[in-house]
Amino acid sequence: MEATPGGFLLVLMLVVPVTGLLLGFALGGRLAERMALWLLPPGLAMAAVLVAGLLHAKAPVVAFVGGWAPPLGLALRADGLAAAMLLTTALIIAAIALFARADYTTAPGAPEARAPLAFWCFLLALWAALNAAFLGGDLFNLFVALEMLTFGALALACLDGKATQFKAELRYLLFALIGSVLYLLGTVLLYGAYGTLDILLLAEAARADAPTIVAASLMTVGLLGKMALFPLHLWLPAAHAGAPPAASALLSGLVVKASYVLLLRLWFWVMPAALLLAVAPILALLGAAAILFGSLVALRQARLKLLVAYSTVAQIGYLFLMFPLVAGSAAEVAERAWTGGALQAISHAFAKAAMFLAAGVIARALGHDRIAELQGAARIAPLSVLAFGLAGLSLMGIPPSGGFSAKWLLLQAALDSGQWWWALVIVAGGLLTGGYVFRVLSAAMQGRSAPIFPLAPVDAAQERVALGLAVISVLLGLLPLGAFGLVLIGR
Amino acid sequence: MIFGVTGAALVALGLYGLVTQPALLRKILAFNLLGGGVFLLFGVVARRGAVADPVPQALVITGLVVAFAATALALVLVLRLFQITGAATIAEDKTPP
Amino acid sequence: MSLVLDVMLALAVIGVAGWTLLVRGNFPAVIGFVAYGLLLALVWVRLGAVDVALTEAALGAGATGVLLLFAVVRLRGGKAEIDAATPSPPQRVAAAILCGVVGLGLAVAMLNLPDPAPSLAAEATRHLPLLGVGNPITGVLMAYRGLDTLLEAVVLVFAVLAIWSMAPDRRWGAIPGPLFPVQSSGPLSLLARVLPPIGIVVGIHIAWVGADAPGGKFQGGTILAAMGILAWVAGLWRLPPVASRGLRWAVVAGPLVFIGVGLLGFVIADGFLSYPPGFAKPLILLIEAAMTLSVAAAIVLMVAGPPERPA
Repeated sequence: MEATPGGFLLVLMLVVPVTGLLLGFALGGRLAERMALWLLPPGLAMAAVLVAGLLHAKAPVVAFVGGWAPPLGLALRADGLAAAMLLTTALIIAAIALFARADYTTAPGAPEARAPLAFWCFLLALWAALNAAFLGGDLFNLFVALEMLTFGALALACLDGKATQFKAELRYLLFALIGSVLYLLGTVLLYGAYGTLDILLLAEAARADAPTIVAASLMTVGLLGKMALFPLHLWLPAAHAGAPPAASALLSGLVVKASYVLLLRLWFWVMPAALLLAVAPILALLGAAAILFGSLVALRQARLKLLVAYSTVAQIGYLFLMFPLVAGSAAEVAERAWTGGALQAISHAFAKAAMFLAAGVIARALGHDRIAELQGAARIAPLSVLAFGLAGLSLMGIPPSGGFSAKWLLLQAALDSGQWWWALVIVAGGLLTGGYVFRVLSAAMQGRSAPIFPLAPVDAAQERVALGLAVISVLLGLLPLGAFGLVLIGR
Repeated sequence: MIFGVTGAALVALGLYGLVTQPALLRKILAFNLLGGGVFLLFGVVARRGAVADPVPQALVITGLVVAFAATALALVLVLRLFQITGAATIAEDKTPP
Repeated sequence: MSLVLDVMLALAVIGVAGWTLLVRGNFPAVIGFVAYGLLLALVWVRLGAVDVALTEAALGAGATGVLLLFAVVRLRGGKAEIDAATPSPPQRVAAAILCGVVGLGLAVAMLNLPDPAPSLAAEATRHLPLLGVGNPITGVLMAYRGLDTLLEAVVLVFAVLAIWSMAPDRRWGAIPGPLFPVQSSGPLSLLARVLPPIGIVVGIHIAWVGADAPGGKFQGGTILAAMGILAWVAGLWRLPPVASRGLRWAVVAGPLVFIGVGLLGFVIADGFLSYPPGFAKPLILLIEAAMTLSVAAAIVLMVAGPPERPA
């Protein structure tokens, strides 16, 4: 595939946040915060223009960095899936930046403090890393992007400097490093077998021989570890629940999706169809196990943030149901399943970010996040409880919501392709999700005989941001399904 | 090809150390042993043709720098955990927090 | 003859690796690791990759060794806890089987790679005259896969800031790392006085010749960093505090210049990171110079760790 006009936009989507991060770090203090906030509008605009351009041209945008075409050079490619994820990223980063202003602002003239500087720099860093991960067309370049992502996620999650965070993040780092090594082993075998790491060139050449099979297995296990698919989820709950709310929202909503998109590239582009057909049911089985296990464990959590984190373990599972529904299905069914999977990734990103932000506001106002003692939360932080509920609707798959459309598409694809057992899992997962969301809501809505006062004042702007994200996750379900033709471009 | 098998053996050894060593410091050491094996495989792949292929060699240089940064970051986390709690492993706490 | 040498080298590397894993003390384990890195550097020479050998020796064995050594000194005790967390024999057998399967799979895959080997060697060499550089690895790092190198330079900045951000709040703005007393006599003091002038020349030389001969910013920068660490440990050089703007500009200079030259490509060549004919080499050298400074600064700071002492 040749480079296309508009490729400069892809380069700028990497360079702009990186430059902002470098300058923000060097200038320090309040300027780091300014830098991040200034870059939100251009960042959003670039993502929106890219999506509009793709919808208009109905073809991917491709750039060859430095003018060097693969296999020697590196390509950046924005197909529909990448563009949709880039826009999702830009919106959620912007929301989190607005949310975090209350927590990490530096007053004019105030001395530089540790947490604000690190927060704003790493917000830009994660933005750059996510953009690199969605745009990368070369498997080694994507390795570097994943490492950037790990470092940035780690630093944000440790921002409070608590020992529990250090411990949880060390566990995450060990999983992530093993994942990276396994992934890297796969790339060396693929290079040895094909002399290129470009995804599209590999797709043309790939055979089902020993080096390719070993490479695919190692890379898949590595990526599953990074995205915490059951049974490799052990690190996720503590790491995501223990982080500050703004960081949890990023980690659970977006960071795990980078590995997911890379896994899709590996299986639906690089690997030969025969291998995919063999592996798809296994991946979906793990996904089904994740849905049931994650939801059941979430149902039994005593702490709100841990409940939300286990909900991520479960919702990640849905992402894998699309594998056997896309592979080997008739074109129409495959398109439906693909759209459902992509929509699940996107709507979960908004819903989960909303949930973690809302949970953060509630936990701070009450001074704890014990679910059994949430009474009065709806009076202290009504918008946050509403945001939690709306996001919950989307996770359950109640119409109209993004989560409903996603799960409905997957359900239909499962029935149409004669794989009804996956439909059962989807329904069961929805019911369990309803159970744990209802548990939280019913506790939060209960009045309390004694008047209740928030321990810390509730910031209305923060509540509105959480609600805004939740509303987007619901509104995604009202978009005509044609709008998601976007994610089919360049598939 | 001798070094190809050597690389595979180093990966197995390093991975085993990373999984089974309880002390964090030794886990990180094992991760670096493992990295050496992975990079060696790149070198073997680069050397298979008639002329050495500079691309995998350049990838190793990039990879070494990233691995160094990861090691430094991991060690700081270990050090801070140790300074605060005195813990040298990430075993589950016996008592819930 | 060379086959015998290779087999011996391979066995030595595996042996040292195994010993490093098994030995009980942390200190000998780190020494074993450094020996392992140096042996690997020899393997890289045998594989004809002198650039990688230099990087492995300087960064893989040297700088990582210093990092681990510092950690060993600062992390003491915890024996009972470590013993309690040791996996049981069945768990270890399971882990061994799993890791053995991975190793075996890798070996089988490596032995089954296609012949003739696919390679980009010819392609990479063919365009070198356009770039005006003689070392194909520099061509890959600075031109064909320049984006990898740029992102990697950014990773170093991430790492420095991430390490700093692990500090307690009250230490923000302070000087990184522990304080070393001034060594007025003894071998360390002598080394720290004699080596740096030589090391700095060697480091700059290695960075400078990288365009045409083995070497470059990462190898040269690491040697410069080693000299800085030596002078710091001997108490002869005080690290600047993390609040120092000069220090921060030194860390970001490399990637910023890289991006600047890259963006210039939109104007004077065809796109980001593309060099106009005839100007490729001076631009590459400009980036390499800035990157050498930033790599050296980043490595010193990563070894020193989070801010600990009031400025």
